[in-house]
Formats: sequence, structure tokens, C-alpha cells
Amino acid sequence: MIDINKIRKDFPILNRQVNGKPLVYFDNAATSQTPQQVIDVIVDYYSNYNANIHRGVHALSQEATDKYEAARHTIQKHFNAKQAYEVIFTSGTTHSINLVANGFTSILKKGDQLIVSALEHHSNIVPWQMLCEKTGAILKVIPMTPEGELDMEAYDALLNDKTKLVFVNHISNALGTINPIKSIIDKAHKFGAAVLIDGAQASPHIKPDVQALDVDFYVTSAHKICGPTGVGMLYGKEEWLNKMEPYQGGGEMIDQVTFEKTTYAGLPHKFEAGTPNICGGIAFGAALDYMNAIGFDNIAEYEHELLNYGTKQLQDIEGLKIYGTSKNKTSVISFNLEGIHPYDVGTLLDKMGIAVRTGHHCAQPIMDYFKIPGTVRASFAFYNTKEEIDTLVQGVKKAKMMLS
Amino acid sequence: MQTIKEIQDEIIDEFSMFEDWEERYQYMIDLGKSLPLIAPEYKTESNIIKGCQSKVWVHAELDNDKIAFTADSDAIITKGIIAILVRAFSNQHPKDILDANTDFIDQIGLKEHLSPTRANGLVSMIKQIKMYAIAYQTQIQ
Repeated sequence: MIDINKIRKDFPILNRQVNGKPLVYFDNAATSQTPQQVIDVIVDYYSNYNANIHRGVHALSQEATDKYEAARHTIQKHFNAKQAYEVIFTSGTTHSINLVANGFTSILKKGDQLIVSALEHHSNIVPWQMLCEKTGAILKVIPMTPEGELDMEAYDALLNDKTKLVFVNHISNALGTINPIKSIIDKAHKFGAAVLIDGAQASPHIKPDVQALDVDFYVTSAHKICGPTGVGMLYGKEEWLNKMEPYQGGGEMIDQVTFEKTTYAGLPHKFEAGTPNICGGIAFGAALDYMNAIGFDNIAEYEHELLNYGTKQLQDIEGLKIYGTSKNKTSVISFNLEGIHPYDVGTLLDKMGIAVRTGHHCAQPIMDYFKIPGTVRASFAFYNTKEEIDTLVQGVKKAKMMLS
Repeated sequence: MQTIKEIQDEIIDEFSMFEDWEERYQYMIDLGKSLPLIAPEYKTESNIIKGCQSKVWVHAELDNDKIAFTADSDAIITKGIIAILVRAFSNQHPKDILDANTDFIDQIGLKEHLSPTRANGLVSMIKQIKMYAIAYQTQIQ
């Protein structure tokens, strides 16, 4: 059970007003809000032990290094990675995906096949297209069904001995569909293909076990999970990380440097060139601690309740159509009012203090599939309430009245 | 013939009568609905203004050394904003359009739409209008 009153007190931003109205924050799929516990960690870092890590002999540097590496262990434990060095700190999901795509440049050959899904965010499409251009590999697409689910029979037909990589999101950002990633991974492994799962949307709702999933790469961003922006992680199986070439050259990632030849450092440092987002990494760990203290089962149960309530309330509005109607979805409701542009609805909701996202949600192929310019997307977090959903429903009705 | 400044003052006057955002936005929505549509042949890919979440088409024609703007959008509030811009800048000399400032947007309570991050691209629309003015100004000279 969730103590919603206690939880809401943890988030100072939820007390503010927008356009003279109490903020209703339903843009959680874009970024989550930050609890005081995480803000305190950030303030503590800059107030007490801000220093560059790993090679400093002085006390501050040691302390910062210890905390940063402790955060890596927290992340390892959370995702159940076998080794801490299989957790690479990155600037976020996009960086993680680009790192893997770059790492495969020398592994792929012309004519190799990669499989992407029709449900992806642009950040899990474009880096692979760039990789295909560089290597001559071919990109294949798993199509989606009208419910916004992946067509698994079509996936079966796409897999073959030439398939080298499959990349799919755990949960669709535009529709909220939870994809059957275990089955996707197992099927790919039968053909020797590696699988990358984009967990940016799943991480706030689900605690994945990367060993049980047997996934090769799992990526996410801290800011989706109550952490700060500009930091994220790449989990990669040791064997793959060792095969991949480094992404960026610089300090920290080297073993020996001479002008004749440089040898690279071992994992995870090989992929962590330069001074990282130290404070961000530590706060990332604190955010996971915060979420785990509430419990992911509790979070999922409560958010599911919000999803069911919101879906029912919104569906009752005449002319409102929900996109993404899979039975397996998280607390994301993507919708449009008949004959009304999503941008207009979003603009008016903003005037009422309600934050939603409008547009194509960086998933243009999905919008093309439904032949719409975009949707209004309300995404709920564990600190939202049914009363806030009522405010949204009233707001949508008012917007509809004004725009019709 | 009203000057751009006179038209802008008139718009400011009209907006000053509204008491809250609802009246202001309802007016913009109504303006959007009444905006004369762009001729279908000008609703082309090349007339689309980039940087808008909604699609915006602007077409300009020179008539007696004055520029006539027609425009359209698939979002009604955006269309209302364009209607205000068309009213302020259409049928004016290119030089006057180039010299005109756009402070009136601020004064009618639409400042938030001027932020560069705003997805409606009001800034891009004004830029496009000024670009047409530069182009036609050169043509006249």
C-alpha cells in the first residue's frame, strides 16, 4: 500500500502553482519529479565533498569516489547485474544506445541484419540507422497491431542467421504498451543475436532483473526514475562490453598512453572517458534507494489503479479516442478529441495548470501508423492522485467545449 | 489605410477588454475559425513553417507594392495567432513590415508563445513574415 499523503510531501514541486492553479503534473513519461531526499543528496554533494574522482589522493576525492562507486553498486543490485563493472554510467538512454551502436561498428559486416520495432522512440531508431549506413547492415522492422502491440508472428519471420542485433523498448513511450521482452530476447538468442532493451519508460514502473531476462544490454535514464537529468546507465554483459570498441577517447578510459599506442582501461572505465556527472551518478543511486523504499510492487499496483480510473473517466468523454489499448500497459494514456488538434488541447490544459505532453512523442512512425499528427499524452506517477485525474477530465471537457 | 502600429494598437485595445485567459483564448479560437483559408494550391510542403508542433502554411503575394499574406494551420489556436499576425502585417509595404516591432504580442498576453521553446513557432512565423518582406523589398528595388 502507498501512503499518498506522505509521498506527496516528499516532492516540493507538487506544491507550486502554474497559471494561478495548483500544478497537476501528468508529464511523468517525459521526466519524473525529484523527491526532497534526492535533492538533499545533490545539495550535500556540492556542499560537502565535491571533487574529481578516481585518482585523487585527497580526502574529498576519496569520499566522492566511494559514493560514486557505491551508487554503481546500488544500480547493479537494483537491476541484478552480475558484476558492478557491467554497469556503465552514461549521460542517459540516448547516450547508452549510441555507445552500443558505435561499439558494434567493427563487429558488423555488410549484409548483417538488425531488427527494430515500430514502437520505438527516435533515439532507438536513428543511432542504428547511422550504424547501418556505416556498416552496410540492413534494418528490419517488427510491425505493430491496431492495439499498439508488437506483431510477434512477424518478428518470428524476421529472425534468421543473419540477425545480429535486436533493439526494442521495454515499454512504449507514446502508448505505454509493455512489450514481451523475455520472449523477444529468447527468440533472438536462438539465432545468436544480441538484444538491447530500452528501459527508459519501464524503469519508473518495473524493476527488471537483467540476469533472469538474460538480456545483453539494458539502458535507462535517471531522470525518469526520480533522479536528475544528464545521467543514465548502460548495463551490458561483460562478454559484449569487452568485444565492443570504446565510444569516446580521453582521460579515465586509458591504461597506457604513448604517441605510438594507447591501451584501454578495463571495464567499466573503458566506456567512461572524461570527468563524469559525479553528483548525478550519486543522486541516481539515491533515487533508486527512494523508489525501492516505497517498493516497485506498491508503485505498480497504485499506478495501475490510476490507469484504470483515468482510462474509464476519459473514455466517457464523447469523441475521445485512446491510442494504445493493450491489456499490458503502464500508466500512460495517449488520446485525441475528434476533429481537434492535440496541440490545442495541450495549450488550454496548460492554462488550467495541467501539464501533459502533446505531439508525436519522438515516435513519428507510430503517429504515421494511426495517421494522426500526434496525441495528448497524460502519464501518471505514484505521486499522482485520482483527484488530479478528475481535474484533468474536467479540463479536457472544458477544452473540448472551447474548441468545438 | 491603417499603419501597422495603428492596427496593433487596435488589437491591444480589443484584448484589454478580456478579463481572464478563457476569454482571451476563446477569442483567439474564434479568430482561428474565421481566418480566410489559404488557397489549396499554396498549402504546399515548401510553404510549411518548420519548428511548429502544428502545421503552419504561410503564403505571400505582392500586390501594388504591398504584401498580402494568407495562412492556415491544422491547430485552431495556432490559426488564431496567425490571424492576428496576418491582420497586423498583411497589405503593408515590405519596408514597413521590416521596420515594425512585435511588442504588441507581449501586450495582448501572448508572451508565453514567444518563447523559443514554444512548440507553436510564433517566433518562426514572425521570422517567415519578415523574410518575405526582405525578399519582396529587394524585388521592388
